Amino acid sequence: MGLIWEGIKQALELLWTLDPEVLGITLFSLKVSILATLASLALGGGAGVALALSSFPGKRLLISLINTGMGLPPVVVGLFVLILLWRGGPLGFLGLLYTPSAIILAQTIIATPIIAGISLAAIQQLPPDLRLQILSLGASRRQMLRLLVREARLPLMAAVMAGFGGVISEVGASIMVGGNIKGSTRVLTTATVMEAGKGNFDTAIALSLILLALMFTVNTVLTHIQQRDRPR
Amino acid sequence: MSGSAGQAPPPALEARGLTVLRGGVQVLDLPELVLEAGTVLALIGPNGSGKTTLLKTLAGLQPRASGSIRFHGRPLDTRSGLAAYRKRVTMVFQAPLLFDGTVRMNLEAGLRLHGLPVPEREARVLAMARRFGITHLLDRQARKLSGGEAQRTSLARAFALEPEILFLDEPFSALDPPTREALLDDLALALGQGQARTTAVLATHDQDEALRLADTLAVLHQGRVVQTGRGIDVVNRPADAFVAGFVGMETLLAGRVTASAGGLFRLAVGGREVESVGVPAPGQEVLVGVRPENVTLSLHAAAHSSARNSFPGTVTRIVPRGPCFKVELDCGFAMAAFVTPRSLEELDLVPGRQVVASFKATATHLISAR
Repeated sequence: MGLIWEGIKQALELLWTLDPEVLGITLFSLKVSILATLASLALGGGAGVALALSSFPGKRLLISLINTGMGLPPVVVGLFVLILLWRGGPLGFLGLLYTPSAIILAQTIIATPIIAGISLAAIQQLPPDLRLQILSLGASRRQMLRLLVREARLPLMAAVMAGFGGVISEVGASIMVGGNIKGSTRVLTTATVMEAGKGNFDTAIALSLILLALMFTVNTVLTHIQQRDRPR
Repeated sequence: MSGSAGQAPPPALEARGLTVLRGGVQVLDLPELVLEAGTVLALIGPNGSGKTTLLKTLAGLQPRASGSIRFHGRPLDTRSGLAAYRKRVTMVFQAPLLFDGTVRMNLEAGLRLHGLPVPEREARVLAMARRFGITHLLDRQARKLSGGEAQRTSLARAFALEPEILFLDEPFSALDPPTREALLDDLALALGQGQARTTAVLATHDQDEALRLADTLAVLHQGRVVQTGRGIDVVNRPADAFVAGFVGMETLLAGRVTASAGGLFRLAVGGREVESVGVPAPGQEVLVGVRPENVTLSLHAAAHSSARNSFPGTVTRIVPRGPCFKVELDCGFAMAAFVTPRSLEELDLVPGRQVVASFKATATHLISAR
């Protein structure tokens, strides 16, 4: 118990004094994961909506693959991206390994199927005739998509929250392709792992609490957007 | 005007050789369908007869396997042509399919898509809300509406667009009878009369609804139109046994013509002779229909009556039907008669009771002769 209290005390102290190193790690984690979530939203959200509205042979199989991808282990993604970006690897010439870009790439691969899978379900759960109703009210294809997305905005925001939650909290990929380099690629999760490994439980607890607080804040903002103009 | 003087304008909508496939199976086969401007056409038929598919195809919302659709004489075959067409017609579905938002937002939705200026939008929203009695609901959330209110909103949203053709897919089938009645009246009013009549196609499985709202009827059966005509003609002169059954001509008598003279003929059915109106040749196999409302029941055969047909029979079953009861009889052939609750009581009608069923020769309808 004492350990937890120490951790909380230190976390508050680190927050209160705006410890530059902790602040740096926090802001960096936030930036990397937000960028990865936005990239995944563009890729996964687009793919999910497109997939929901189209029909072609093999669609079921593709959906199964996406749904499997929703549970992709970050370590596996990390390993895959590591090999890809390795000096002798196919994308080694880019020199991205152990840079923030490498973390964003790995996190995008993790979050894309999550957002795609939930977006797909979000659009599919709308009444099938709604699309025709919108077209029959005189909508262009683009206007129809916008209205469908608006109708599905609740589950679509849930997709964003799930995607963000998945990447801000993952550690396997970030540590493998980022390398946990101080001041460059260290994020909250990799720092926590390192501190705990060194036996600095108080710092580790402090970092975890900051991570939780961060997730809570981001999700509160997203929830607010989601539930806006919805009178209970 | 493009047409020369004296030439009739092309119909509002004209479909030819239309076929629609679903999963490789043909679900619609329509050699010809014409919708004149300023008329309401009802597509009637049981569930699964292809009404919704036909409606969606005509509304430009579903691809067709073959055939042509012409809107005021111009074929709809390009993508842009179809998009332009969808801005001039609209469809109301069985489910209200409202957007998540207020009633006002829903009524405005189509007008916004059409790019109408705000003052015009507001004026139309108010006018339609008034016409469908939902003015007090304008600021209510659409998802909190009752079924009837939601369907009113959906209809008002469609009418607000002032469509050149309105497609209605069973908009009342999910409503309870009183709600449905009130909405039917309002819709009949909204469809207008004479010069102001909206051109519309209504799909329904309810013939009363069709008769009340439409000028012409097309009966669908298994993806084909089996009869088209004025409502009253279809109901009174069904083209075949299917239509007869569907429009409530419940007693169908199949038999051989024994004599035919002066517009009347006699028909042998189940060992009895029925007198009917028509001119089939003796020896022909024919089908004759009688509506249950035209059959009178009594306990004894009347000594003198103008009803040419009187058959003793046994009551087999009694089923409530609206305000009346339908009494099913076995007279050597199956018959059905409608009676009021009072008659049911006075004649003490119960299954097994012996009664006499009578109907006039003029109450029969010759459906087909082979």
